[in-house]
Amino acid sequence: MTLKSTLLGAAALVALAPAAFAERGADGHVNVIYWQAPSILNPYLSGGTKDLESSSMIIEPLGRYDPEGKMVPFLAEEIPTLENGGVSEDLKSITWKLKSGLLWSDGTPVTANDVKFSAEYCMHPEGGCAQAAKFEGVTAVEVIDDLTVKVTFSEPKPNPYGPFMGAQAPIIQAAQFADCLGAKAPECTEANFNPIGTGPFRVTEFRPNDVISLEANPNYRDPAKPAFATMTFKGGGDATAAGRAVLETGEFDYAWNLQLAPEVIEQMAAAGNGKTIAAFGSLVERIMVNMTDPSASLPEGERATAKHPHPFLSDPAVRKALSISIDRNLLVEIGYGQAGRPTCNLVPAPALYASDNTDCLTHDIAGANKLLDDAGWVRGADGIRAKDGVRLSLLFQTSTNAVRQDFQALIKQWWEEIGVETELRNVSASVFFGGDPGSPDTFQKFYADVQMYANNFDGTDPEAYLAAQLCSKAPRPESQWQGENITRFCDPAYDAMVAELSRTGELEKRGEIARKLNDYVTKDTNVIIPLVDRGRVSAHSNTLGGVVLNTWDSELWNVADWHRIK
Amino acid sequence: MLTFTIRRLVLAVPTLLFISLVIFMLLQLAPGDPMAQVPLTVPPEVKEKMREALGLGAPVHIQFFKWLVQFFWVEPQVLIDHIFGTTFAEGQLRVLSWQTRSPVMDIVVQRLPQTLWVVGMSYVLGVLIALPIGIYSAYRQYSAFDQIGTFVSMVGFSVPTFFTGVLLIVIFSVNLGWFPSIYDTTHKVTDWNSFVVQLQQMIMPVMVLALYNAAQISRFMRASMLDNLNQDYVRTARAKGLGEKTVVLVHVLRNSMIPVVTVIALGVPQVFGGAIITEQVFKVNGLGQLLITSIEANDLPMVQTLTFIFALLIVVFNLIADILYGILDPRIRYD
Repeated sequence: MTLKSTLLGAAALVALAPAAFAERGADGHVNVIYWQAPSILNPYLSGGTKDLESSSMIIEPLGRYDPEGKMVPFLAEEIPTLENGGVSEDLKSITWKLKSGLLWSDGTPVTANDVKFSAEYCMHPEGGCAQAAKFEGVTAVEVIDDLTVKVTFSEPKPNPYGPFMGAQAPIIQAAQFADCLGAKAPECTEANFNPIGTGPFRVTEFRPNDVISLEANPNYRDPAKPAFATMTFKGGGDATAAGRAVLETGEFDYAWNLQLAPEVIEQMAAAGNGKTIAAFGSLVERIMVNMTDPSASLPEGERATAKHPHPFLSDPAVRKALSISIDRNLLVEIGYGQAGRPTCNLVPAPALYASDNTDCLTHDIAGANKLLDDAGWVRGADGIRAKDGVRLSLLFQTSTNAVRQDFQALIKQWWEEIGVETELRNVSASVFFGGDPGSPDTFQKFYADVQMYANNFDGTDPEAYLAAQLCSKAPRPESQWQGENITRFCDPAYDAMVAELSRTGELEKRGEIARKLNDYVTKDTNVIIPLVDRGRVSAHSNTLGGVVLNTWDSELWNVADWHRIK
Repeated sequence: MLTFTIRRLVLAVPTLLFISLVIFMLLQLAPGDPMAQVPLTVPPEVKEKMREALGLGAPVHIQFFKWLVQFFWVEPQVLIDHIFGTTFAEGQLRVLSWQTRSPVMDIVVQRLPQTLWVVGMSYVLGVLIALPIGIYSAYRQYSAFDQIGTFVSMVGFSVPTFFTGVLLIVIFSVNLGWFPSIYDTTHKVTDWNSFVVQLQQMIMPVMVLALYNAAQISRFMRASMLDNLNQDYVRTARAKGLGEKTVVLVHVLRNSMIPVVTVIALGVPQVFGGAIITEQVFKVNGLGQLLITSIEANDLPMVQTLTFIFALLIVVFNLIADILYGILDPRIRYD
């Protein structure tokens, strides 16, 4: 035994030590609570966030978005780009390469065939796939070799990261879902409840709308992860109870999306069992202005359509006055606290696409009044402004939700101060956001003058989101009242800019056009009045480590790194 | 009595068919859309495809007929298959939930144990508490005990369970830390320790519901006892020298129980219906929670099946109550 070998042995021990600590399953059990209970673990059959996020621990895409919105490879070797040759020069195809040696949780190898199958599964015309939009424009998915797959699009795609990126489009096992294509998809209960995946956990028992029991996937690609051997994923109840279970009683380690009044969260956190974390994505609470006349005196079929422009909201001065009379800072303080930031942008992030538009942040009642005076809207005896017999009296609707009703009351007060009469109305969320063309109360039908809700975009590219304001996408009787252009805003200049964006591949240029589009509908025309950039607040116990809140992908995107702090 | 039972059973068939039609039509007319919970990022064309995949495009009478066949023809076959290991139902489409895309009855069966344990136990406990209180309150009418009993049952009756439930959680889970605030449905009782854990997680929801049930039944018991205590036969019993115990607990109690037993029998379907609010508060994900989440998600097959099962139970227990009445009181025979 020489000194040298002793030292070498010691060095080897030191090197091994961290590996010995970080052993798979060494940290025992972890409890997660989602106050909305998962119904199914197949994101292709359900668009619900609860289902997407719970399944993201089990099945994985080729790449995910990190908390900054940057793409990181998961099952793929690297993210294909123009620079590394993964994306073709004509922007019409993208070639993904899988990591080698990947295994499904049942021990069989992951191949390019599984990737191809996942696309086939979702693109089947009878399947009713919830993520079909991710595969829009895909003409072919070809297997080049066992680990390489090439996706071809019908036209140039500046953003080819729809298929297989993010929690919405994971890879499912071809062998398990082979008989579940198309109309047969719902019959595969076993596969939908217990998908074989590549993620850090696998299901031991799934009770729909109640609880999922999981265990560490023995074939996970990192032999040291996950640190937890088992997990209970409880669903149901309400946000208050979920927050209480983590912050006050300490029964659970992680609680998702605590949509609670800021002071309630503060009180709970005071118990000292855990902490809250917040992160911001692209979700913006906004007021949509109806550019068409929703008056009940118009015949059904013409009401709220482009045939009849709005009697007073088509005046840009009125829209601007409505926007600047709102005190966004106060709204944030009252409704969201840590989970909100005032914003004037429709696209608040990522940085590349976020405009530096902050004009609306100053609460300016006097300015709004002056604007309306100058535009010829004169106050009547009742304090309400009118011009040529048209009174500034509007109906303001939103979904039933405590924070939204608070916002409505505040905004009504500010608008009355500038001489705009405001009638408030709220509709149950299941009706408001449900697309029933027979109902007069949906947000698409928009039988009101202004309405408030929140929306965001999937992934980090806002192209499709900005394209929602296209003239052709207005909901109307001919389209069964379906369509994303809720305001019925219609401007050929805007449409042309969207077309330009869809042709542009260069990132800097795309950012510039997107910012212009954002400004066009917000500060230039005030057709959309953004209010609050809404973040996500979740909570974790003091002993749970490794949590990195991510709003661009599943919140549980890095669950493999979660561990117990001892 | 037998002819009466048979006549009632035969009559139940059109009643139930009519109920199922009414439920179906009401659900059809109710506003709402199963796609309302799908995020706005999913484009409308995709949502339309998803609706089609759920079978929403089919005409209303076909949707109803399909449900009837699936519920009355396929589901019993599945049950037979399950018991005898046969394969009658193989390849036939069962009633599928829109949310989970899985057979509705499987989920119902999965949820039953929680509901029976918690809600059933609270009902049994409620009855056990209510009867003695009702009897003694009536016997000592307007005494301090009666006044307190009346007060407690008024509180139990009028304070909603979402208040008492949360109050108990704040006291016993948050401040004292004795009991868990979230019910673990996967917990299995295998030995003494796990039984204690089960008791700990059951005690709060059971007590909240038991208070409510006891309040209701004790008032019935008291009223029924009071009716009988002033009857002539009670005076006769006392006059012929029977002890107070015999008079009250044998003569009066037996007669007073007749209406109370029917009330208790009529309350049993509620046990299966689960306790929507209490189950939500304590996260006992039983049938009540299943119903409310399905309503929120506009999962019509699930709501239709659950409400129909409740209707079925109500019809059956009404019949049982009527028959019990006849058995307990020989004067009332339906022949």
